[in-house]
Amino acid sequence: MRTTVLILISQYLFSGLAYGSEPYREVQIADPFIELRTGAGRGYPVFLVVERGTTITLLKRRTDWFKVRTDSDQEGWVDIQQLEQTLSPSGEKTHIDEVAISDFAGYRWLMGVSGGDYGGARAVSLFGGYRFAQHLSGELTLSQALGNYSSSVSAKAGVLAHPFPEWRLSPFFALGTGAVRTSPRATLVQTPDRTHQFANVGIGAQSYLSRRFVVRVEYNDYVVFSATSDHDANEEIHEWKAGFALFF
Amino acid sequence: MEGRFRTIFLGCLAAIAVSLCALCTTAALAAEPMTADTEQVIKPQVERREITVPTIDTEDFEVGVFGGMLSVEDFGVNPLLGVRAAYHLSEDFFVEAAVAQTTTTKTSYERLSGAAELLTSDERKLSYYNLSLGYNVLPGEAFITAKHAFNSALYLIAGAGSTRFAGDDRFTVNLGAGYRFLATDWLAIHGDVRDHLFDMDLFGEKQTTNNIELTLGATVFF
Repeated sequence: MRTTVLILISQYLFSGLAYGSEPYREVQIADPFIELRTGAGRGYPVFLVVERGTTITLLKRRTDWFKVRTDSDQEGWVDIQQLEQTLSPSGEKTHIDEVAISDFAGYRWLMGVSGGDYGGARAVSLFGGYRFAQHLSGELTLSQALGNYSSSVSAKAGVLAHPFPEWRLSPFFALGTGAVRTSPRATLVQTPDRTHQFANVGIGAQSYLSRRFVVRVEYNDYVVFSATSDHDANEEIHEWKAGFALFF
Repeated sequence: MEGRFRTIFLGCLAAIAVSLCALCTTAALAAEPMTADTEQVIKPQVERREITVPTIDTEDFEVGVFGGMLSVEDFGVNPLLGVRAAYHLSEDFFVEAAVAQTTTTKTSYERLSGAAELLTSDERKLSYYNLSLGYNVLPGEAFITAKHAFNSALYLIAGAGSTRFAGDDRFTVNLGAGYRFLATDWLAIHGDVRDHLFDMDLFGEKQTTNNIELTLGATVFF
């Protein structure tokens, strides 16, 4: 037990050392002054004004705010717009890597949530996708639909074609397959849960909002292979969904 | 007519000839061998420094645990435990996902009548998940004693999800408000009040239930 604790403590210490030795980025103020706030937001008060020529160290970032340390060891938060008016040690204008609409055209990973209507039931979905080619991505979706008479959980794997990835409002077409497990409401009937395979076609569009943020609207047409020997028709379900996602 | 044609033809010919000549001259100049005096006298020995711009640590994610009380309509006030994760989109907005669980107690009817229980012990367990959008409405500072000031924010939050209770999954809307107290830059203490609205049809007719939740939690930013 004692050894484990010692190992843990030493690991913590070493990770601390490693963290401490990590170099921070330093910039020099080029504007007449910049304002330091007590917190990462415009609602927090300005407590310090730092003059032109002073070197500041960038410690960390939260949304569009940067925590900085001045040469007199005071720490505060600076807005990105003010920070872009500073210079690097070599005298160049500070460049902060920003996620922009140009990155939306070439993103790799996308993760998001959506909600809507699945054949009259309210549905919520979690989806994650990987773009393996400029115009093609693979996507996994987990959904839960909650209706008046039954609820269902489904898992879907699909391929999405993005014909115009460079557009701000980019349309896509989807083909997918998966399985859905339907449970009738406990208060209604005591029938067992059913699991069926399904296939779907879909159409939708996703639009870049800001930073890593994307909104998406989609329509899917499902064919659930529920036909049996007594009931020979497959079930067709229409689904409308709207949601948002983050890309990386 | 013929005169004008000839002029144009000659003009074109002249233009082509001039450009050809120009080309030849440049080629000839370029072909001239390097003379000794154009050689570099001093060969600078500059070691190029590899400049790597240190990356800035971004802390937009927040994860943590919370615990408190959930009042389930007709089924008592019960201790609740959960986990939450949030991503801060801007200084104003954040998205949050939460999962929590509690075990409900007997209804007053079950206790007073001593009759058969309405739910099995499995059905008595309540768990929910939700996805919400939050808005930091009142960012500010909390002054603890005369020497210490801490950042804080009051936020409004609303979202949708699902609650599993009494053998069914129920679509649930949640709305409420919370207080985020930043003990350090990376550690936050949360106090939340949330109403979870879902439909219940356990007692025959369908009714919307309001289930108030009071929680305290801690999250870390990374």
